[in-house]
Amino acid sequence: MNTMTEKRTQETQQQQREREQFVVPDVNIYETKDGYLLEAEMPGVNKEGLEITLEGTELTITGRRSDQPPQGADILFSESRLLNYRRVFELDPTVDTAKINAKVEQGVLTLTLPKAEKVKPKKITIA
Amino acid sequence: MALIRWNRTENTNWSPLEQLTRLRDEMDRLFLSPLGELPRPGQFFNQWAPSLDLYEDKDNVFVKAEVPGMKKEDIDVSLHDNALTVSGERKFEQKQEEAENYRSERFFGRFSRSITLPVSVAGDKVKASYKDGILTITLPKSEQAKPKQIEVSVT
Repeated sequence: MNTMTEKRTQETQQQQREREQFVVPDVNIYETKDGYLLEAEMPGVNKEGLEITLEGTELTITGRRSDQPPQGADILFSESRLLNYRRVFELDPTVDTAKINAKVEQGVLTLTLPKAEKVKPKKITIA
Repeated sequence: MALIRWNRTENTNWSPLEQLTRLRDEMDRLFLSPLGELPRPGQFFNQWAPSLDLYEDKDNVFVKAEVPGMKKEDIDVSLHDNALTVSGERKFEQKQEEAENYRSERFFGRFSRSITLPVSVAGDKVKASYKDGILTITLPKSEQAKPKQIEVSVT
């Protein structure tokens, strides 16, 4: 009985999460011979609010805003949507997932996704 | 925007009340993604302007601008009478050579955005800070613009 209730609450939480509205951050993606570089614009997000998950080759970036409107102030107008960010990417399978590196600076997330050694183009010199 | 499966009503259990509820749901859904999805003015013609938020409390006016990934030195805030201008340049940094561009959604270059403040402010006490890609400008209201409490005396 107890476990059933537990499960139901979990489901509701998941449903709530699915219903949450997200902003899709703008990204730039580059490929170099060593790997990929992804930059995502998420103003208001710092290290603590960032969640990057990898399931198989599916990379999910979630950014939660840490900025709050000034306390006790009224909104006169607002263009920013004050929503959290989420975007899902399908990774190239050659990416070495163990070596993914992330950093966030002034609201821009930079992800470095190196390619696995074995797929890097090698130059073969003719003896 | 979430995709919602369209369920066709079965003719057998058609009820006007249900139709009304469905209409309401549809209208709610329209409001879920309001004009925010549309490009902002200035985003046309390959231009970009940061989005601004304006707040007010008893003593201050606050302006928040979303300008991620900039250097503090490249942001310029100026106040002329009651017109506040946020301008700057986001410089493109070539991080790696011989990079192939897969997706390019971010904007680089110059931008400028001006707004007229609703009240007069004390220009010499304006403060600006830049954190997590958000520029926050605090503009204390001038003495004349602050609300005053007037006591009613009974004679």
